[in-house]
Amino acid sequence: MYQINGYFEASTIKEAVDYLKENENSQIIAGGSDVLIKTRERKSGYVDKDLVGIMRITELHGISYDESGNILIGSTATFTEVEKNEIILKNISSLSTAVGSIGGPQIRNIGTIGGNVANGATSADSASSLFAMDAIILIEGPAGKREIPIKEFYLGPGKVALNRDELMTHIKIEKKNFEGYKGHYIKFSQRKAMDIATLGCSIMVKMDGNKIGDLKIAYGVAGPTPIRATEAELMAKGMEITTENLDKIGEKCLENASARDSWRASKAFRQQLIRELPKRAIKIALGGGE
Amino acid sequence: MLKTINCKINGRDMELQVDIRESLLDMLRDRLHLTGTKQGCGVGECGACAVLIDGQTLDSCIYMAVWADGKEIVTIEGITNDDGSLSDIQHNFVDKGAIQCGFCTPGFVVSATALLEEKPNPTKAEIRRGLSGNLCRCTGYTKILDAVESTAEQRGNKK
Amino acid sequence: MEHKVIGKSVERWDAIAKVTGRANYTGDIPQKELLYGKICRAKIAHGKVKSMDISEALKVPGVVKILTPDDVPEISFPTAGHPYSLDSRYVDVADRRILTRNVRLYGDEIAAVIADSELAAEIAVSKIKVEYEEYEFYLSTEEALKEGAVEIHEGSKNIIADTINGTGDLEAGFKDADFIVEDVCATPIVQHCQMENQIAYAYKDVDNRWVCVSSTQIPHICRRILGQAFGMPWGKFRVIKPFIGGGFGNKQDITIEPLAVAMSMAVGGKAVMLDLHREEVFAWTRVRHAISYKIKMGFTKDGLITAADIDAISNNGAYASHGHSVVAKGGGITTALYKIPNFRYRSRTVYTNTAAAGAMRGYGTPQIIYALETFMNKVSMQTGIDQFELREKNFTKVNDENPLLHMTQHSMSLRECFEKGKEVFKWDEKRKFIDENKGGDYVKGLGIAAFAYTSGAYPKTMEIGGCRLILNQDGSIKMMVGATEIGQGSDAVFSQMVADTVGVPYEWIIADAVTDTDIAPFDTGAYASRQTFVSGMAVKKAALELKGKILEASYHFSKRTNKVTVDDMDIVDGNIIQKHDGQIIEGLGDLALNTYYNMHEGHCLTADVSNRCTKNAYPYGITMAEVEVDKKTGKVEVLSILNVHDSGRIINPILAEGQVEGGMAQGLGYGLAEELKYDAKTGKPLNNNLLDYKMPTSMDVPDLSVAFVEIDDPVGPYGNKSLGEPPLCSPAPALRNAIIDALGIYVKDIPVTPQKIIEALSENREV
Ligand code: FES
Ligand code: FES
Repeated sequence: MYQINGYFEASTIKEAVDYLKENENSQIIAGGSDVLIKTRERKSGYVDKDLVGIMRITELHGISYDESGNILIGSTATFTEVEKNEIILKNISSLSTAVGSIGGPQIRNIGTIGGNVANGATSADSASSLFAMDAIILIEGPAGKREIPIKEFYLGPGKVALNRDELMTHIKIEKKNFEGYKGHYIKFSQRKAMDIATLGCSIMVKMDGNKIGDLKIAYGVAGPTPIRATEAELMAKGMEITTENLDKIGEKCLENASARDSWRASKAFRQQLIRELPKRAIKIALGGGE
Repeated sequence: MLKTINCKINGRDMELQVDIRESLLDMLRDRLHLTGTKQGCGVGECGACAVLIDGQTLDSCIYMAVWADGKEIVTIEGITNDDGSLSDIQHNFVDKGAIQCGFCTPGFVVSATALLEEKPNPTKAEIRRGLSGNLCRCTGYTKILDAVESTAEQRGNKK
Repeated sequence: MEHKVIGKSVERWDAIAKVTGRANYTGDIPQKELLYGKICRAKIAHGKVKSMDISEALKVPGVVKILTPDDVPEISFPTAGHPYSLDSRYVDVADRRILTRNVRLYGDEIAAVIADSELAAEIAVSKIKVEYEEYEFYLSTEEALKEGAVEIHEGSKNIIADTINGTGDLEAGFKDADFIVEDVCATPIVQHCQMENQIAYAYKDVDNRWVCVSSTQIPHICRRILGQAFGMPWGKFRVIKPFIGGGFGNKQDITIEPLAVAMSMAVGGKAVMLDLHREEVFAWTRVRHAISYKIKMGFTKDGLITAADIDAISNNGAYASHGHSVVAKGGGITTALYKIPNFRYRSRTVYTNTAAAGAMRGYGTPQIIYALETFMNKVSMQTGIDQFELREKNFTKVNDENPLLHMTQHSMSLRECFEKGKEVFKWDEKRKFIDENKGGDYVKGLGIAAFAYTSGAYPKTMEIGGCRLILNQDGSIKMMVGATEIGQGSDAVFSQMVADTVGVPYEWIIADAVTDTDIAPFDTGAYASRQTFVSGMAVKKAALELKGKILEASYHFSKRTNKVTVDDMDIVDGNIIQKHDGQIIEGLGDLALNTYYNMHEGHCLTADVSNRCTKNAYPYGITMAEVEVDKKTGKVEVLSILNVHDSGRIINPILAEGQVEGGMAQGLGYGLAEELKYDAKTGKPLNNNLLDYKMPTSMDVPDLSVAFVEIDDPVGPYGNKSLGEPPLCSPAPALRNAIIDALGIYVKDIPVTPQKIIEALSENREV
């Protein structure tokens, strides 16, 4: 049994937002693979809550194109849905790979992409890919709707720019950020399943002839939040794909990273992965598959 | 706080009064005495508590009982045929020696059932991945994988 | 002798119950009324409880009672699942209380709440306020042994034992050596991770005795320790073991049972359940000893060992549990594997403030084998002597007497294991391919390791097994054993023995679904890979006795009509036959009816045997491993891995394979990934859950290959030697040796994680 105070099942965004606004003690729960675990751990801020279930709000379901051809991912789309979705596979397969690397089947069947992003963990597998795609987070609250770039959404470890009475409704990937790009995500973890990333690296690359037209490199666990290797991205423009150039890019990535020593892995080891993984991801992305 | 839910469990329609604090696992084990579903961790890390919800394998320890409202749930007891005979997957678990202490077994059978439903002809790698949310400390997985592979073969779908 | 059931992969009797979810484990048994217990754990790693305020906790709705150290007996008791010792020199260290005021590790058990729901108990625990006096704490043996270290147990100097064992003249042996090699290594703290957590409930029964239903490997020992913990006659307790979801040694120790009984006692005998969370099982039941080794060996130029000096220091954690016997076992294992004329084995067992280390599959052997077999690898690499040859030269031989254990071994097939292994593994082909394809970021390597083990604990402790057989009215046979089925399949194997020996079909044997100390014959339980060997002897004796009685009775009942003598009678497939022509005299069912209901001469046929075993037989085996290492990330891919075992005759091949595969997967985790870690600042465990502790998933375990060299051991009841623990003894060193072979650099300690590989590569450590 969980030490929770109440439960409200919302069926529309409005219902959820209204309830959140009225009840100071309320808290959103999506798939539960994060909230329920914290409740059981008796983590402060997670016990005796009035939970608001959002999994039955149809407006938050599904993955589709908007009228401008951008991709809209409902915040309660499960990892399994995202992983297998045609739109995702066709345009941003690295996101499919990323969410496919999470947990095991049971977790992927229940965990949501919205939850993955909203809990603010730097290790969230979907987050680095969304960073590489400059995703936009769509939010609805008492004051109406707002949009915020994912980079600004992450404020610090476990902290995101989402008020208690707001609901993340969708994640938007703009067409300009995936059209013509190839991408890949590499998760480095000790186990091949049921693990959190020691380091995650997601890249999006657009070629201009045989030169790099545009390159985006994002990491999880290379800092307190997911980050972009902007220095390396800048340098890479116009480079040809050669071993030396890739080495240079990998080395340059360290400039934006701030990996730390922790009991899970040393700083030096993470730095080695920061160097190595983007090179591999670029090669795999351009090679058109693993 | 109590809530009334309606759901189908192992083929039977049920109306249940549940405490909102209950997990589905609590509800199945303590309320309905369906103790074939086990608890190994309580936090979604071992799969011993896996059940089918609308055909998908899910860890019932991190699933609120109230969410079962309107759902169709199948536990290990429901995978076993009504006359007590075994499903083909269960049969192969027995036959291939995939059972030792047996504590992980119901969860594996559940996940394997969902896997073969979705992918009737999985590769060995796909079987490994399909069962990767279930931990077993006794068998080294080898005979469990054999059992699932054989079932797929017997169903005549193996590539 | 020709066997009809032994050697066959018969189906275990409990398989169908388990695969359908009908098998009742401790938590599945319905209770009329049940209370729940929850342990309040210390939030410091070393110190004393100064005061405890339970007033807020008592107010939580549903709370029935809160126990503090004042409410439980002031009696210290031992917890190890060893047989009781009548010799005071060998009794287990009694350093445990049901609840303690002295905090010896982070999470030590200082109070317990009884409530009508688990949640209420948990909430109450969170409201208990504790004030501590804090001491310095020690996570390593070096810290615990330093000058002026605070004693974790008064008067112990933090040393449980310090012993030296050996043979020959060490100095002379080193003088004879042409060269000397030295090395050090260390093994980590790891945990069993059996899928069923520790769980027990206790209540007062109709006869006013205390019943404890528990997921334990050692029901009879559990009963004795309950008696000791409460200072009450042992007969006042009854222990029942239902189906058990794995143990691997973690349940060969008494962890929660005394508290479960104390809680029931506190509430007038109502049933109280103690069901540990996974996090508690990881950090506060038992773990494997981390042992560090210093090894020095002398060799002739041909590679023969002239002398060996091993110094082992074992981290026993906060309580003695199995204590010194785990590291001490390494000496005899060393001399069971290698012939060492001059040998010194010093071992020390040290208290620290980490989890109490107890029994875990292999009992100190995975550690010493890791040390020895990585050492042999080093010797081979330094001298250029082929690694197979180096080992084979030094292996013990049949009829050698072990100078430390004073036991003579009667079968030893390690050379055959290597031979078979090379063939099955395609060693030469692999070697050739790897040598011809060097270079690049992904490098391959091969490694081997060999091990020795024991069958049971004799002569270290007494060994006794019990079996009772009853011929039922229809000719089926009721089998009762005190040996404990914990998933390994011992019931199936015993049933095979009975069926084979008596001469009936396997399906005619009826095993017990629970082990109950009121009913089951005395047997010390599931540990030391003893059951097939030790308990098997009792089973065989009982089966022979019953068979003799059956033939006598048949002769007796049929002598008026039949001329055949008992010597000319046998039982085949459940029929009593005349040996000379195979003709059936009568079915066993017909005879059984006579024994039960013959007005004038009926008497039920039973056999009840308690057998002391004064023998041991060493099983042996090897691992061969092939790995691919990614030099840029340190990632290790296990491409293939093979175990070959010399366990004498295999009673049930499919169960035997299952044992080996499971052990190999555990060995794989031990070598590459698993380690229980502690926070240096607080002494708190860091990764006591299944996400952060890296037990292998189905995607991490490669295809496992298994082979056996089956040569009957003359001592084993059916030519068999032990098999349960051996499989995890050699994978870790074989994997580590393969990694070194691939990289050509030196990695010392397990687990060999990617980070350690990258560190070794960046420092370019030489072998
Ligand atoms: S008990 Fe649910 S996943 Fe372990
Ligand atoms: S059979 Fe024991 S955990 Fe899988």
